[in-house]
Amino acid sequence: MQREKMEYDVVIVGAGPAGLSTAIRLRQLAIENDLELTVCVLEKGSEVGAHILSGAVFEPRALNELIPDWKDKQAPLKTAVSEDEVYFLTSPDKAYKVPNLFVPKPMHNKDNYIVSLGNVCRWLAERAEELEVDIFPGFPAADVIIDEANVVRGVITNDMGIAADGKQKDNFEPGMELIGKYTIFAEGCRGHLGKRLTEHFKLDDNSDPQHYGLGIKELWEIPEAQHKPGLVIHGAGWPLNESGSTGGFFLYHLENNQVSVGLITDLNYSNPYVSPYLEFQRFKHHPQIKQYLKGGRRISYGARAITKGGYFSLPKMVMPGAIMVGCDAGTLNFAKIKGSHTAMKSGMLAAETVVEALSNGDEGGQTLTNYVERFNASWLHEELQSSRNFGPAIHKWGPYIGGAYNYIEQNWFAGKLPFDLHDNSKDHQQLKNKQQANKIDYPLADNSISFDLLSSVYLSSTNHEEDQRCHLKLSNADTPVTINLKDYDAPEQRYCPAGVYEIVTSEKGEEQMQINAQNCLHCKTCDIKDPTQNITWISPEGGGGPNYPNM
Amino acid sequence: MSVLVIADHNNSVLNVATLSTITAAGQLSGDVDVLVAGKNCQAVADSAAKISGVKRVLICDSDICEAQLAENIAPLVHQLAEKYSYVLSAATTTGKNLLPRIAALLDVAQISDIISIESEDTFKRPFYAGNVIATVQSTDSKKVITVRATAFSAAVSTDTAAPIEAIAAPVESALSKLVSEELTKSERPELTAADIVISGGRGLGNKENFKIIEALADCLGAAIGASRAAVDAGFVPNDFQVGQTGKIVAPKLYIAVGISGAIQHLAGMKDSQVIVAINKDADAPIFQATDYGIVGDLFKIVPELIEALNNA
Amino acid sequence: MKILVPIKRVVDYNVRVRPTTDHTAVEISNAKMSMNPFDEIAVEEAIRLKEAGIASEVVVASFGVKQCQETIRTALAMGADRGIHVETDVELQPLSVAKLLKAIVDKENPGLVILGKQAIDDDANQTGQMLASLLNWGQGTFACGIKVESETVVVTREIDGGTQTLSLKLPAVITTDLRLNEPRYAKLPDIMKAKKKPLESFNPEDLSVDITPRLKLLEVTEPPKREGGVIVDDVAALLDKLRNEAKVI
Repeated sequence: MQREKMEYDVVIVGAGPAGLSTAIRLRQLAIENDLELTVCVLEKGSEVGAHILSGAVFEPRALNELIPDWKDKQAPLKTAVSEDEVYFLTSPDKAYKVPNLFVPKPMHNKDNYIVSLGNVCRWLAERAEELEVDIFPGFPAADVIIDEANVVRGVITNDMGIAADGKQKDNFEPGMELIGKYTIFAEGCRGHLGKRLTEHFKLDDNSDPQHYGLGIKELWEIPEAQHKPGLVIHGAGWPLNESGSTGGFFLYHLENNQVSVGLITDLNYSNPYVSPYLEFQRFKHHPQIKQYLKGGRRISYGARAITKGGYFSLPKMVMPGAIMVGCDAGTLNFAKIKGSHTAMKSGMLAAETVVEALSNGDEGGQTLTNYVERFNASWLHEELQSSRNFGPAIHKWGPYIGGAYNYIEQNWFAGKLPFDLHDNSKDHQQLKNKQQANKIDYPLADNSISFDLLSSVYLSSTNHEEDQRCHLKLSNADTPVTINLKDYDAPEQRYCPAGVYEIVTSEKGEEQMQINAQNCLHCKTCDIKDPTQNITWISPEGGGGPNYPNM
Repeated sequence: MSVLVIADHNNSVLNVATLSTITAAGQLSGDVDVLVAGKNCQAVADSAAKISGVKRVLICDSDICEAQLAENIAPLVHQLAEKYSYVLSAATTTGKNLLPRIAALLDVAQISDIISIESEDTFKRPFYAGNVIATVQSTDSKKVITVRATAFSAAVSTDTAAPIEAIAAPVESALSKLVSEELTKSERPELTAADIVISGGRGLGNKENFKIIEALADCLGAAIGASRAAVDAGFVPNDFQVGQTGKIVAPKLYIAVGISGAIQHLAGMKDSQVIVAINKDADAPIFQATDYGIVGDLFKIVPELIEALNNA
Repeated sequence: MKILVPIKRVVDYNVRVRPTTDHTAVEISNAKMSMNPFDEIAVEEAIRLKEAGIASEVVVASFGVKQCQETIRTALAMGADRGIHVETDVELQPLSVAKLLKAIVDKENPGLVILGKQAIDDDANQTGQMLASLLNWGQGTFACGIKVESETVVVTREIDGGTQTLSLKLPAVITTDLRLNEPRYAKLPDIMKAKKKPLESFNPEDLSVDITPRLKLLEVTEPPKREGGVIVDDVAALLDKLRNEAKVI
């Protein structure tokens, strides 16, 4: 198909912390160096922030560097962390408070802020637009343009107005080619183009497999008496330990009597009957958590996978004509449970690398190995390197011994122990056969602390234009039944936090997979956890997906 | 304190929505007049005169009023309104078309689609497709109001008739004229306008089985709806979908068959007057929203229901 | 012929709204805002009339906070020619909007005003009718078909139970219903071009219009939750309840 083209010096995919920081830094440097440099950012959400979901405790280190006067510019960093607590939930009603002394250093949050990352991104987008960055919300990048010389030349935006049966509707609008000297991929965890590029350019050949968690979060408004602005609570243990799974929870007290509460389930869990959603729902009933939520009202819900393999799982981030940054590559520091400042920094480094190249007369399309040098010389590398063993230790030894190891390594040796722990297992290969797994009897929702799945999805304000092609592609249409259902009792019914996958009985009495793509929250868990990697998440029509305010 | 109710009618029959409007009017004042503007509409005036609570009927029977064009009726009501504190109409397409035109002539705000009367100047009305309810107070001396008919009971007819007074026709505006009118003669009422809606869900299992929903709808003269799950599964086309992302319905009777009651669906039908659910799962959320429920196999219950209705 | 299309910036239809904690307003902080979907249909219709050679210019107007300009840019990206913004932080009710629009119409002299039949936030369904009234123009509300002829416009309207076709003398006001058309998607180059299209800004005082709200919002609540009813044993019991208790069949 002949497509219209638009050319920019740099095309950025994704308006999250990484992409927006890249854009801002690019334009700042262009202005400093009196360089003509055009920058655009594509964003699949209906607006910047609509698809952003994070805890979030925000470390301002990268922001201090990017926009030092962020306070004057009224960045939405409103609630400074005042108190830090860490708990091991040892049973449904007991908790052990980890004495502050024994908390691994990276988990301390002095000088950090509790934020809505979506609102931080909205604010960053305003700063970017002030610097003449063109931001296009509602325009997902559907495909990468790779030329005959195997160089990334840009991306193609989604075709709009194609019906479910593949026919063009009256309002059909073909996608456009956005051509850039360099393209920066900042799609966040498990970006669908990042995944393709990783395969195409074999970016992960020398890294450990990537690891993921599924974070499910709710925003609550709670009675004032129960609200302690600035209080940050982290922890692990129950209920995930009942099924031998790992993960962690958070509960942050923001401003306006709001708390953000969430549970991250490591996606290497092995029991196919685990439902991260229902684990989260019952987790909230733990007295340590419920004391804050009771009498409150839930105002938002969402879910997003996180990339947490860390240092050893980091793929090569550069390829001809492109750099992959942030969680798209996997720069999250899991020891700190924070990825925003590292994502921002990785984008800023990419911007510096690109400006350096272009101002030296580079015409684009090169493999910017300078990026690696900049990365290795930065605090970002030091931070990720020093917490390299954190995730593997927990995967290897569980939260108790692994946690103890982390305490010793981080607090006594500042991450400089001469050991490297590797985790070479792949998350999607961990599921046990259903015969070897125990079914889990989750309690029913009580409709005051816990809720049914669809009423939660409703609060995410997610929607997709109904008459469009399904954006969850099955490589093999039979696999969900012949393998997933037969061997694992269709785990996608449980790991999807939006009820997208359902096994239904057809007219002929056969069981089949029903995909309710309209509910999708773009969390990418199915793309990650499907045991045979049969599900591929592709971008739906622009503007589809959740509409998170304040998440 | 008197009320003028603008009758909604087709020159031969008074729309039942006007009966509910008269009930609302009665809550504001004991002094309720009804205006019947049309052509050859004496029968409408006669029936309006018998409605309980109506003090007087004004009839304007004229060629100019035949099509009840807002451009002609608004100046007529504007003149009459001088004597009234309230002008009310049902929130039908006729009422919604006409009343704002009158409000602007009177230089007052209109209060649309009220669902309750809190006091002489304070009303409740839905915002955001009924997702929130607003209580609004009018600061205008005259109040122009459209009334959501399903929120008020219908006033009843009595044996005594209020006096009927003829009034002079307005001047023809020449701004608009009726070309034609096409009333749908569909065997089934339109989903959003139906008095009874039967909706089917995933519980029906397949497209073929959806036919029993049609059969039940035929018995009751009902419209057919469906849950998003049933639409997604391909049992029925998209435009049958009731719910947050589909159509919002508020019939007198809503029967949900094989629908579990996802909140998206409930959002689209929760304003129905009476909700019935037939579902085999006693824990289905739909039962939290129903007035009457039957737990059991829909393939047994629905045919029984059809038979009982046919034999009645 | 010039067409004026008034557009409103509203909370996006996908966003679930709720009352604020103190029940004085609807919570919309950081909620996604969009063009009222009915107005989007109006913009589309006006652009189609221009593409058909019937209209010469499409002017969009939006009133309210500064960010309404984003909504105007959206309409310009779809293909409207220029925008007018009346900036105010005062809550604008339909009567005030109609008066502001009348002032704009007096300046611009459009042959047709096309706007959404209602906004999906306050669901008032008044502005078009009020404007037609203030201008003493004909009105074609809830339009699902529009045909412009030399001196008149023929409008097919969605009415309860069917459709109705009216002939209106031009100039006239038309309000759009859902079935009128399917709005187009804006293209990226058009979004860029829209940034450079002319956009004028006024204050309500510039137009000498009193916009004092006439309705006071006293309280905003969630709709009452339905309580679970009774489970009946069989069909006979159900029919008995429906006939004799609920009296709905």
